[in-house]
Amino acid sequence: MISLKDIGKACIIALWFVALTFPLMVIKVNPIDRIIIWRWHNMLWVGLGSFLCYLAGRAWLMRREIRLRRIRQGLEAELPQRTPLSRRIIQDPVIHRPLLAAGALFFLIFPLLFSTYQTNIMITALMYVVLGLGLNIVVGVAGLLDLGYVAFYAVGAYAYALLNLHFGLGFWTVLPIGGLLAATFGILLGFPVLRLRGDYLAIVTLGFGEIIRLILENWNEFSHGPSGISNIPRPGFFGIQMSLDHSITYLYYLMIAMVVFTIFVVNRLQNSRIGRAWFALREDEIACQAMGIDKTRTKLTAFALGAFWAGMVGVIFAAKTTFVNPASFTFLESAIILCIVVLGGMGSIVGVIIAALVLILLPEYLRAFSEYRMLVFGAVLVIMMVFRPQGIIANIRKTYRIGID
Amino acid sequence: MTPVLEVTGLTMDFGGIRALDRLDLRVNPGEIVALIGPNGAGKTTFFNCLTGLYRPTAGDLLLTPPDGGTRRLNGLKPNHVTMQGLARTFQNIRLFPNMTVLENVMIGRHCRTRARVLGAIFRDRRTRQEEREIVALSVSILKELGLGDMINEFAKNLPYGAQRRLEIARALATDPLVLLLDEPAAGMNPQETRELDELIRRIRDKGLSILLIEHDMKLVMSLSDYIFVMDYGKKIAEGTPEEIRTNPAVIKAYLGEDMDDA
Amino acid sequence: MDYFVELFFSGLTRGSIYALIALGYTMVYGIIGLINFAHGEIYMIGAFTALIVSTVLSIFGFPLPAIIILTALAAAIWASAYGYTVEKLAYRPLRNAPRLSPLISAIGMSMFLQNYVLLAQTPDFLPFPALIPDFDFMEPYAGFIGSSDMVILVTTTVIMILLTLLIKFTRTGKAMRATAQDRKMAMLVGINVDHVISVTFIIGSALAAIGGMLIASHIGQINFYIGFIAGIKAFTAAVLGGIGSIPGAVLGSFILGLTESFATGYVSSDYEDVFAFSLLVLILIFRPSGLLGKATIEKV
Repeated sequence: MISLKDIGKACIIALWFVALTFPLMVIKVNPIDRIIIWRWHNMLWVGLGSFLCYLAGRAWLMRREIRLRRIRQGLEAELPQRTPLSRRIIQDPVIHRPLLAAGALFFLIFPLLFSTYQTNIMITALMYVVLGLGLNIVVGVAGLLDLGYVAFYAVGAYAYALLNLHFGLGFWTVLPIGGLLAATFGILLGFPVLRLRGDYLAIVTLGFGEIIRLILENWNEFSHGPSGISNIPRPGFFGIQMSLDHSITYLYYLMIAMVVFTIFVVNRLQNSRIGRAWFALREDEIACQAMGIDKTRTKLTAFALGAFWAGMVGVIFAAKTTFVNPASFTFLESAIILCIVVLGGMGSIVGVIIAALVLILLPEYLRAFSEYRMLVFGAVLVIMMVFRPQGIIANIRKTYRIGID
Repeated sequence: MTPVLEVTGLTMDFGGIRALDRLDLRVNPGEIVALIGPNGAGKTTFFNCLTGLYRPTAGDLLLTPPDGGTRRLNGLKPNHVTMQGLARTFQNIRLFPNMTVLENVMIGRHCRTRARVLGAIFRDRRTRQEEREIVALSVSILKELGLGDMINEFAKNLPYGAQRRLEIARALATDPLVLLLDEPAAGMNPQETRELDELIRRIRDKGLSILLIEHDMKLVMSLSDYIFVMDYGKKIAEGTPEEIRTNPAVIKAYLGEDMDDA
Repeated sequence: MDYFVELFFSGLTRGSIYALIALGYTMVYGIIGLINFAHGEIYMIGAFTALIVSTVLSIFGFPLPAIIILTALAAAIWASAYGYTVEKLAYRPLRNAPRLSPLISAIGMSMFLQNYVLLAQTPDFLPFPALIPDFDFMEPYAGFIGSSDMVILVTTTVIMILLTLLIKFTRTGKAMRATAQDRKMAMLVGINVDHVISVTFIIGSALAAIGGMLIASHIGQINFYIGFIAGIKAFTAAVLGGIGSIPGAVLGSFILGLTESFATGYVSSDYEDVFAFSLLVLILIFRPSGLLGKATIEKV
């Protein structure tokens, strides 16, 4: 399949990348002590890596081309005869019911099986599941690229920190308040920006996100500046004092409930009159308006509902870490959540859940891998867009299908 | 008789260019009215002004439902225009390609239904009832337009003529008083055009008024009760098909164009 | 008054650096309609390459003028190579994809390059040796304008003039303008659009790299993150001037540089970045076409 010509091409590509990365990968300087460190071995890795990557990419493209040609010649039906495994698992109840039951059981007894440390990591992963599902409403379903999603997360976290500090409000009181406050922020921010074109909207939301972080960092009287707010109480359970271990287990189950609640709500929203309007808006804005859909209002709803989840998770985040400062709410955080949505497949609930678990848990368990985390996240975004824009699990939107008589 | 749609002095400037120049037009209830003119005469611009996609520089747009109570459409956003009872199709088809045929029509019902976020989450009885009504009405419209056996197809997989009909179905789902059709016969073969002719009559017979832009003169002459002709953003003639056929200004506009083309 | 003049020149210096980066944004946007999010990273890579090459050369004992010239060349060449590669890998396959796909890909590329430099070099700030000595003839003016400010201003001006000439009068320049106006049409009249787009990325990257080298030597330190803020600010400048317009990018950059300089000088430096972000948000909301850009009407 791979010809000699491809090998030659791969060699040239490898040489190109070796030359390209030469100064940054091979040379390391210390300008003060005037020392040069040469790392010649890196040339080998870069060369070998790009050689293999090229061949792998080439093989993938060739397979696709051959298939397309066969389809054109009518040798193969246009729709794949075998549905992909992921789809089969989701669609076939005989397969997915036991799988779902096993998964549910696993998550239910997780704190009993694993240490507090592991449970803590799982809580973080579950928080990202909810964040991913929330952003999925905005980016995946309504097609609005929001790069400042972390701002709403910050609103929730600071809402709990400040309301608790000044008014002594407890976790359960602030949880809905945090969500609603974030949703209000979403509406306030969304109102002026939602009429902008897609790419401008992305940049403006990025700007808003950074503005909120910078304000939190600089407005000392309000937010205690870069040092943040500490001693935030963990969630209470009818006033019972709990040990650290117990409160983590408690938080874990709370998070599980939260995930279930989110899935339920998001799923119902997607399959409703509003969900239909969101999807149509992503398809063609002008046609939507001509059909009587209020563009701004529909987008605002998506924006506010997305923000709502971020606000709630923000409250939980503050309660979990008992400490908030602006450093937790950088653009990077938004990018991670975006990565989850993109990897999961825009609009796909199952995909987003899997992507969140994989992207958050994998770096935790593969320690060697963890410093490459952000590098890989970046690569994931590019690779997904180029090779598989529909995500690992393509969104199988539940369409309205009725029997024809 | 009060016209259902009345346009007076509609003017649209783009920078220094006057695309529409003091246009007057009337559509009476139950009439099929055609707007014709050479390419670039400003017909689609006229539709875009009417439906709120462009904000006209001057002029009045009035819509009068059968029960009276004239509404002014000037400066309304496109979705509000549709709410008031003016629905349109597009010259270059703008369906929602990745939604099913049924869903496309269901979107048309959006502005006549009310379920909100809480309804969507709790699925109370009213929401479920409403959803059932949306589906039932959409299906009946689709069957009427001969799309009954394609309900579950994705819009993008439909043949061209069916896509045009689906656009009409989607517009009908918004319960319009006046239906605006922008070149509905474009790209259709004679058989499809004949069916379209029948379809438009059927819609009219149900009490709707229709304003159409069309280049197919045979269709225009056979369908229309009244015809407006425009060129270079101005109205150059109006009248019944017979009057238009013999109007020297119209002949000049069209012949002139033909000579330019040749 | 002296303070005012000092702030004025420091604003001009800032503005010229923004302009060097903003040109890359605006040219790419003009041609393929993409906000090249990774452009700030190219600038950062230019600065790092300059640091590495200049240190190596100075350890090998090259004379200062040779170091400066070779460093500038190396930074420009390598940054261009990165720009070219990024376009080929991350944007070209998405040329006909939905509008947001290349933007997401660009964000991914930006994260990738940032962390690539972090891992390949260092997460810490590195001191950057001052490449430009204090000239004797600048002595009398040292109160308001340093030698390196002077060099930055002169270099930027020369580069702008060269770029304008290139775009106005050369074949490549004409092809670029044609492609920016109508890509399909340009293709039909036989312009190799892929080639034009590559050239645009190469020129934009080279300019950013020169900017990176100049500002790094001026400020005296760099790290892997400098591209993010510089990129956003340059993008703000490009939008302010009207994205897609080359004179607009320059004008916007100088306005942004001067306002930032005066705002931090007379008001407070705490909210320096908030100011740029707010300006960006306000322009996009109220006048997305910028000062010199043209408003576009979507055809229905």
